[in-house]
Amino acid sequence: MHGGMHFHTLCHLSSSANTTYRADCCTYDRSETAISGRIRAPNQIFGRPVLTIVIATLALAGCSGPQSALDPAGVEASAVHHLFIVMVIGGAIIWAMTIGVLAYAGRTRPKPISVRGASRLIVWGGVAFPVVVLFLLLSYAVWLMPQVRPWLPGAMDGTAEIEVTGEQFWWRILYLDQTGKPAFETANELHLPVGRRTTFRLKAADVIHSFWIPALGGKMDMIPGRDNSLSLEPTKAGIYRGPCAEFCGTSHALMAFSVVVMEEVDYLAWRAARTQAPVAPQKTSGQELFFRHGCAACHAIAGTPAIGRIGPDLTALGERQTLAAGTLSNTPDAMIRFIRDPASIKPGVKMPAFGMLPDGDIEAISAWLGGLK
Amino acid sequence: MSATDLPTFTDEERAGQEERLRKVWTTPSGWRYWTSVNNTEIGLWYGAAAFIFMLFAGLLGLMVRVQLAVPDNSFISADLFNQAFTLHGTIMMFLFAVPIFEAIAVYLLPSMLGTRELPFPRLSAFGFWSFAIGGVFVCGSIFFNAAPNTGWFMYPPLATDKEYSGIGADIWLLGLSFIEVASIAAAVELIVGIMKCRAPGMRINMMPLFAWYLLIVAGMILFAFPPLIAGDILFEMERMFDWPFFDAARGGDPLLWQHLFWIFGHPEVYIIFLPAIAIMAMVVPTFSQRPIVGYSWIVLAAVGTGFLSFGLWVHHMFATGLPQMSLAFFSAASEAVAIPTGVQIFVFIATMLAGRVIFSVPMLFGAGGLAIFVIGGLTGVMVALVPFDWQAHDTYFIVAHLHYVLIGGMLFPVVAGIYYYYPLFDGKKLSDRFGKVSFWLMFVGFNVAFFPMHFSGLRGMPRRIFTYPAGIGWDWFNLISTIGAFVFAFGVGVVVIDVVRPKKRQPRCEQNPWNAGTLEFISEPEENWGVRSVPIITSRYPAWDQPDLIDNIKAGRYYLPDSPMGERETLVTTVLDARPVQCLRVGGTSVVTMVAAAALGGVFIALTFHWWWITIACAIVTLGAILYWLWTGTAKIPETQDYDVGLGLKLPVYASGPASVGWWAMFITMVGDGTAYASLIFGYFFYWTIHEDFTGGHAGPGAFWPMVALVLFVLAWLLMLAARSLNKANRIRATQGVLVLSTVLTLAGCGAGLAGPYLYSMDPTLFVYPAIVWVVAIWTVVHGAVAVIMQLYCLARSLSGRMTARYDMDLVNVVLYWHFMVITAVTSFAVIGLFPLLR
Repeated sequence: MHGGMHFHTLCHLSSSANTTYRADCCTYDRSETAISGRIRAPNQIFGRPVLTIVIATLALAGCSGPQSALDPAGVEASAVHHLFIVMVIGGAIIWAMTIGVLAYAGRTRPKPISVRGASRLIVWGGVAFPVVVLFLLLSYAVWLMPQVRPWLPGAMDGTAEIEVTGEQFWWRILYLDQTGKPAFETANELHLPVGRRTTFRLKAADVIHSFWIPALGGKMDMIPGRDNSLSLEPTKAGIYRGPCAEFCGTSHALMAFSVVVMEEVDYLAWRAARTQAPVAPQKTSGQELFFRHGCAACHAIAGTPAIGRIGPDLTALGERQTLAAGTLSNTPDAMIRFIRDPASIKPGVKMPAFGMLPDGDIEAISAWLGGLK
Repeated sequence: MSATDLPTFTDEERAGQEERLRKVWTTPSGWRYWTSVNNTEIGLWYGAAAFIFMLFAGLLGLMVRVQLAVPDNSFISADLFNQAFTLHGTIMMFLFAVPIFEAIAVYLLPSMLGTRELPFPRLSAFGFWSFAIGGVFVCGSIFFNAAPNTGWFMYPPLATDKEYSGIGADIWLLGLSFIEVASIAAAVELIVGIMKCRAPGMRINMMPLFAWYLLIVAGMILFAFPPLIAGDILFEMERMFDWPFFDAARGGDPLLWQHLFWIFGHPEVYIIFLPAIAIMAMVVPTFSQRPIVGYSWIVLAAVGTGFLSFGLWVHHMFATGLPQMSLAFFSAASEAVAIPTGVQIFVFIATMLAGRVIFSVPMLFGAGGLAIFVIGGLTGVMVALVPFDWQAHDTYFIVAHLHYVLIGGMLFPVVAGIYYYYPLFDGKKLSDRFGKVSFWLMFVGFNVAFFPMHFSGLRGMPRRIFTYPAGIGWDWFNLISTIGAFVFAFGVGVVVIDVVRPKKRQPRCEQNPWNAGTLEFISEPEENWGVRSVPIITSRYPAWDQPDLIDNIKAGRYYLPDSPMGERETLVTTVLDARPVQCLRVGGTSVVTMVAAAALGGVFIALTFHWWWITIACAIVTLGAILYWLWTGTAKIPETQDYDVGLGLKLPVYASGPASVGWWAMFITMVGDGTAYASLIFGYFFYWTIHEDFTGGHAGPGAFWPMVALVLFVLAWLLMLAARSLNKANRIRATQGVLVLSTVLTLAGCGAGLAGPYLYSMDPTLFVYPAIVWVVAIWTVVHGAVAVIMQLYCLARSLSGRMTARYDMDLVNVVLYWHFMVITAVTSFAVIGLFPLLR
């Protein structure tokens, strides 16, 4: 049923014409990054000689895609990556020691050790050692919590607040102005400034979803009736991918979003362009058909009479990285297929099939939508 | 008692004894075989059923792996995938991991404790049939495309959305509630069995470690399952009648379900893991040929694990936005549980070091399992740290972690147990060669399947996705995982073949083939009586330390070597010192347990389909069957009170109060019941904490009627105390009169309890406050109705002369129920009547 589906991969977006940010995860220029001074970069510990297994682990961890916690591009993700590497090294040593003792104990030995010696092993290996190690590790992690996720509102220096609402199976994104009022709406694609903390207000419209950008930091659930918040500080410009991390129904697998992390100036320019009184897009037959076939009942497009709130906002759809919440690459072909029969691409989607429309109509609508910038 | 004091029987006498014992303990033939209640049959059926469910869930797991082998796959649809992974987790947890230990425990404990039978064989049978019916119902749903599809954790509002989840969620809620009943029945059986039915002399600090672990686990079941049952009740009320417990728009909160689910769900992990360690605690000393090093250490560690496991549940909810202070607390508690776990592992290593290890297939599986489990433990330490969990939560890293824990910590030890204990089943060993082949297939396959998931998870692959795009960095990891899963499945297949292959030509092994130090290998596959005579135990490893013990047991030189009255008999001993205090007559073969389980199954299944009349009919049959079972099978007045159990000891056959096993069963059941009730009250106050005004402006039940109900229930309880005293004083007529009066007051109390919410027109569909008040009131009134049935039962027993001043077990147990009843009633009516006034 999904045999014909073609997924777009953000790793290959570097050739995309409409962005200057290279998403290829292995090619970031590290000098551009602005890692927070409070937290050591993970590569500071690479210098030490470590176990082969750890090197192998790190080799696997490098260049690991646009949705990887092992390729951090944010303050929280870097700190956790660092914590992870410490734990992997420690864990590998502890595992090797434990299994080493077990293997020795299982071998035929000339003489068994005394009960007293064996009891001492229980006390030192089973109690004393874990108590010390766990205490140190826990202290490290608890100290890290407020570092990566400040508790107090005052500690969040983010000015650009964004409200993200999880819906089955897409993301409603509302940019807010300084006073917290809605500035403009979009869907399934976030634009964030690099080197500055952005605070998100997270909501759910129907069921529980979870907001997660692995490259920037950990996740936070979106729960109906509860207002959760999260703040993230990207340290590297680029394009990342965020999935829904809480099972939310049939097409939970097909609910992702793109995150475009931009330099501050670019970000401000992008925001300004969006906040300005929207310019009516060029009138075409596609636009006329969009309204005639009732698309505007569910979708909104700034600068046009379309103000539907049921489905995702389609303003500047042509600029987006993907279609259908990270499911399809943004091509006219994909858009046509989606309009014709959304459920065949995304089972359980609320949008009805428009396969009964003449091919020409669908093509015109898709051409118009694809041209929206 | 020295061997010279033991009686010696002639061959003829022994043959006669054995003849009579065999007749009493015989397993019926033909279709009646299935009405057997003996622990060896029930244990075997229970284990086989759990294993078959496991294989089925394994196939579902393979389906999931095939679908994920390559990106954009279309092997199965999204909806079938969602059903498959939901059932995979549900079956593995509820139909395999927990029941397999109930099975092993029921099978092994009697002989291990040196006793004939557990105290309530019919309850075991009832539990098994409930489990089998519920299990088939839940598993079968996928063939009708009606399986639950919301994940085994059933989070609302997705799972309360009827359009999405259809009947699947009801099948999960009701089918599993039914199975939870079976688990609690097993917990009662195991706790009373371990505490009260050990061989004389087996003081509590001499119990085999397996018994210690099972005692702890059964206790955990008693406190862990009831919160889930309470959650299930709220959930089903929302689905059936639209009471908004988890609907945020009407004051409910989806997080309450998460709390109740994980208060159950985390201890569940240890309920699964501890019995597996228990098997290793039997296997390791045997193959090290020495007693365990650090017996007290391992017992304390197991108890500590059990306690701590109840304080960890929030680590499943680190990403729900709870305050960081509480996250830090639960993170610390989660790390702390690693310490007792480490102690248990090091106790095994120390025992091996202090002994001479004989390497064998069970040890191979044990050691391999440990190597896997330690990785799972270490990743567990990682995910217990809040910042790391924010990344790893709900990704394939967790999938890897939990399979390392459960397969290393549970499945491998279980297979070790199968190889170790198989000779008990038909006196033959499984094949070493098959064992080694299956071990290496399973070990390598497992690691190939699950190790890469750590990486796919941290590379951002969420759990429960039916497909994924190519090129995101997960393709190879998933393909390798799928290949590994099939290798692993082949390994499991080899174990199955080894177990089921015909072994007719294989010679029998010795009765204690591994030279174990504990008693379980005295059980003979051909005999149903558990032990030929109930021995006197003076050591933790009696088969090593007590010379001639096994010969003397078999020669019938200890207690109960005969069954002159044709009754199934076993000894009851004191909890700490195991002094014999009673000769207990246990229930024998009966069809009533099957009927009761089938009818109760009918209640749950009919409820799923909203067939109300069938529900009511099945409920009446269930009640009738249980009453018949109790009336004919329990508290029988014996022909004599001084019964000769052998070795010059005379013991009573009838006991009442704390000396009797029935009293303990009631007490333990009511502790579980009280835990479910406490969860509901927790819900009431949970809503109070999350709302400014938790009534949401809706009328309460007032104070008057709840107070009337409270007073009536207290009076009814006082009358029950009076009835007990009057009966003891042999004033039978007065007892009967007081029982009638108490029944009337209870009925009035039930009416008054419902009058408050009813008269103030509290509509439970409008807002969560009226709904939770109604639930608390209904829970109390239903308990009142059960109390009325018990009161009438006592009255009938008294009128028919089956309950007298001397033989008053029924009344004493009902009064015990009433202690819990009055606590429930006072709490309920004070909370719903008075608490709103305090705001």
